[in-house]
Amino acid sequence: MSKKWVYPLSAVVLGSSLMLSACGNADTAKKPETAQPAQTTAGSQTPAADSSQASAASPELQALIDKYQKWVIEQTDQLVKSTEAFTNAVKAGDMETAKKLYAPSRAYYEKIEPIAESLGDFDPWIDAREGDVPDNEWRGYHKLEKALWETKSLEGQDKVADQLLQDVKQLRVKVESVEIDVPMLVTGAVELLNEVSTSKVTGEEERYSHTDFYDFAANVEGANEIFKVLKSSVEAKDAALAKEIETRFQELDQALAPYRKGDGFVLYTDIKEDQVKKLSQALDALAEPLSKMGTIVGG
Amino acid sequence: MDTKRLETIGNKKLTRRDALKLAGVGGLGLLVGAGGMGALMQPKPSAANLAGSAESNSADGIVPFYGKHQAGIITPMQDFICMGAFDLTATSLDDVRKLFQSWTEASARLTAGKSVGDESGHSLLPPVDTGESMGLGAMRMTITFGLGPSFFDERFGLASKRPAPLVDLPHFNSDDIRKEWTGGDVVVQVCANDPQVAFHALRNLARIGRGKAVLRWVQDGFQRTSAADPKGSTPRNLLGFKDGTANPNVSDEKTADEIVWAQSSDDPAWMAGGSYMVMRRIRMRIEVWDRSTLADQESTFGRHRESGAPLGKTDEFDDLELDRKDSKGKPVIPATSHVALAHMDGKVKILRRGYSYSSGMDLKTGQLDAGLLFVCFNRDPRKQFIPMQQKLAAADQLNEYISHVGSGIFACLPGASEGGYIGDTLF
Repeated sequence: MSKKWVYPLSAVVLGSSLMLSACGNADTAKKPETAQPAQTTAGSQTPAADSSQASAASPELQALIDKYQKWVIEQTDQLVKSTEAFTNAVKAGDMETAKKLYAPSRAYYEKIEPIAESLGDFDPWIDAREGDVPDNEWRGYHKLEKALWETKSLEGQDKVADQLLQDVKQLRVKVESVEIDVPMLVTGAVELLNEVSTSKVTGEEERYSHTDFYDFAANVEGANEIFKVLKSSVEAKDAALAKEIETRFQELDQALAPYRKGDGFVLYTDIKEDQVKKLSQALDALAEPLSKMGTIVGG
Repeated sequence: MDTKRLETIGNKKLTRRDALKLAGVGGLGLLVGAGGMGALMQPKPSAANLAGSAESNSADGIVPFYGKHQAGIITPMQDFICMGAFDLTATSLDDVRKLFQSWTEASARLTAGKSVGDESGHSLLPPVDTGESMGLGAMRMTITFGLGPSFFDERFGLASKRPAPLVDLPHFNSDDIRKEWTGGDVVVQVCANDPQVAFHALRNLARIGRGKAVLRWVQDGFQRTSAADPKGSTPRNLLGFKDGTANPNVSDEKTADEIVWAQSSDDPAWMAGGSYMVMRRIRMRIEVWDRSTLADQESTFGRHRESGAPLGKTDEFDDLELDRKDSKGKPVIPATSHVALAHMDGKVKILRRGYSYSSGMDLKTGQLDAGLLFVCFNRDPRKQFIPMQQKLAAADQLNEYISHVGSGIFACLPGASEGGYIGDTLF
C-alpha cells in the first residue's frame, strides 16, 4: 500500500539529476524528478504484464481515458490554487484561515492520489504523516497540520509551506504527461478505497485536525471518477457488476450524507464507534465489487 | 484420526462411553444436568445405530452439506467453532434470496473441501478464494444457517412467516447482555476439526455477503481435540468440569424428532426439518472460580470434578438420584446445584453443542475474557430452553461464577437438497 514508502537511493539520485528545468527552482537538490514512464516509478502498482493489453484500449475507451486525464489535470490545477491560498495563510501567520483552508485544499490531492503516486515520490513529499518518513525528510501537508493543531505555532513553517507549493506545482507539470492505462485505473480505484479503509476510516490520517471526512469523501470521489471511465466497459462485460458498483457508490454517498456540514464535514472525533463501523462496512461493500473491475481486461 | 476408533466402530465393539461420544453426547454445555434423566430414559445408544455414520465421523472426512436437515446440529461435535451473526443490508427479498443461493453454493463446496469458486487466474482480479485453506482437507466442516427474529421485521415482507417458537428471549435474572454480542438477522455456525478451515469458510461467506450483509459479531471457540483425548471422553469446560455428560442421544431418530427437529405438524410447516438454536455467550469469572474450594465447586455443579459422577456416585454416567439424602437428611446433590436445576424433572431436554472460548483479556480489569459459547438446539424454545434457563437464572449456584453477556435465538432452516438452497421452503 501507498503508505509504506521505500526509498531506493537510486531513484532519488536519478530523480534529482533530471528535469531541472520544469520548476525553475533553486532548491533542486531535493526535487522530485523522474523521467521514467509512470509504470516503472516507485509506488506504482501497475502490473507490467498487462500494460500491453491496456495500450490496445478501444478508441471509445481511449477517449474516456483522455477525458479522465483532463479531469486529473483540472483537479491538480485546483490543488495548486488551493495550496497557494493555504500556504499564503501559513506564511502570513494567519492560523485561523490556514486551519479553515487545510482540509479542503488537500482534498484535491486525495482525489488523484493514485496518479500522483505513479509519478514518483510526490506522495511522501505531499502526504506523509509524521513517522512515515525519516524526521529530517518530513514535509508537506501533515507537517503543517501538526504546526496548526498540535504545536499551535507557525514559526519556521515558511520553508515547509514554500516546499509544499513547489511540490504540488511540480506535480501539476507532471500530470500533463502521465500515461494512464487501464490496469492503472483498475488498481487505482481500489487503492483509493483501501486508503480510506486503512487510515481514514480509523481517523488516523488527520491525527491532529480530525478532518478525515474530507479525505474520505475525496478518495471516494476519485474512485468514482475512475469508475465512470471504465463503466461502459464493465457494463459490456458484466452488466450486473456495473450495476452493483453504481448502487454501492450511491449507498456510500448516502452513508456520508449525515456527516456533511455546510461545504465541508463534521470532525471525525464527533462520530461514534458504531457510526464508524457502518461507514467502514459500506466502504467494504463498495470496494469488493470494485475490485472486480479488472475483468474488462482480457479474459 | 485414531484409526483404532474407526475399527472399533466397524467391529461394533463400542463401550457405552464411545457410543455416547459418537452420538453427540460429547457436546459441551453449562446446563449439564438438563437432559440427565432424559438421556437415561432414552434407549441406550447401540453400535448398530452409529455404524452408519462412521464415515462422516472420520476426523478429516466430509460431512455432506445437502440433506433433509442441515448438518452441524445433530452432527457429532467437531473440535472448533467459528460463529458469526450478520445483519442484512440488502433491501429486497430478491437480493436476500440470491444471497442465500450464493451462500448455499459456496457452503456445499467449502464443506466438501473445495475452494469457494473456480479461479480464473486473471492477473488484474483478486483471487476468487481467499486461499488460506488451499491443500487442506474438509475436516468434517459443517456450515449451519439460522434466522433471527429481526429477519422477520417489516423489511422483507416476511413478518407473517415468523415462526411462533422464534420468540424474543425474555430477560433472565442476572443477565448482563451486551449489544455487541447479541442478535443478528442471520447466524452462521461453522464447525470443523481445524480452526483455519473453519475461519476460511466464515471469511469467504462474509466476503460473498458484502453489500448485502455485514457482520454483527463473531466468536470462535474450541474444545479438546482428538489428539489430546484419543478416547473421546466427555470434554471439560473451562471451570474444569465435564460438560455434556447428559446430552440426549440424538442419533436415535425418535429422540431427535422429539427434542431437536421442528415437525411438519408444528407451526410453521416451512420449518419442518429445521431446529431452533439458542446462543449464549457466557463469560466465566475464572479468577473467582479458581479461588473457590473443591467442595464449593463440586456442590455448585452437583458432580465430582475428576470423575464427573453425580455427587455420592463414582461413575460419570451413574444416574442422578436427586431425592437421595445424606445421614442428616440433606440432599446429597444440593437442590440449587447446576445439575439438579437443569434436570427439570427429566421432562425438558435440549441438545447442547457449546464450545469454550478465550478472547484474550478484559482490558479494563486485566482478567481473562473466557467462558462458554453455549449453543443449543431445540424443537421449541418456549417449552425447552426458556423454562430451563428461567429456572437456572433464578437459583443456580453457578450464577455466582458466570455471566451471560451475549444472546441470540435463531430459526435454523431445514436442510437443502442438491439444486435447492437453504431457505427455499421460506422464500
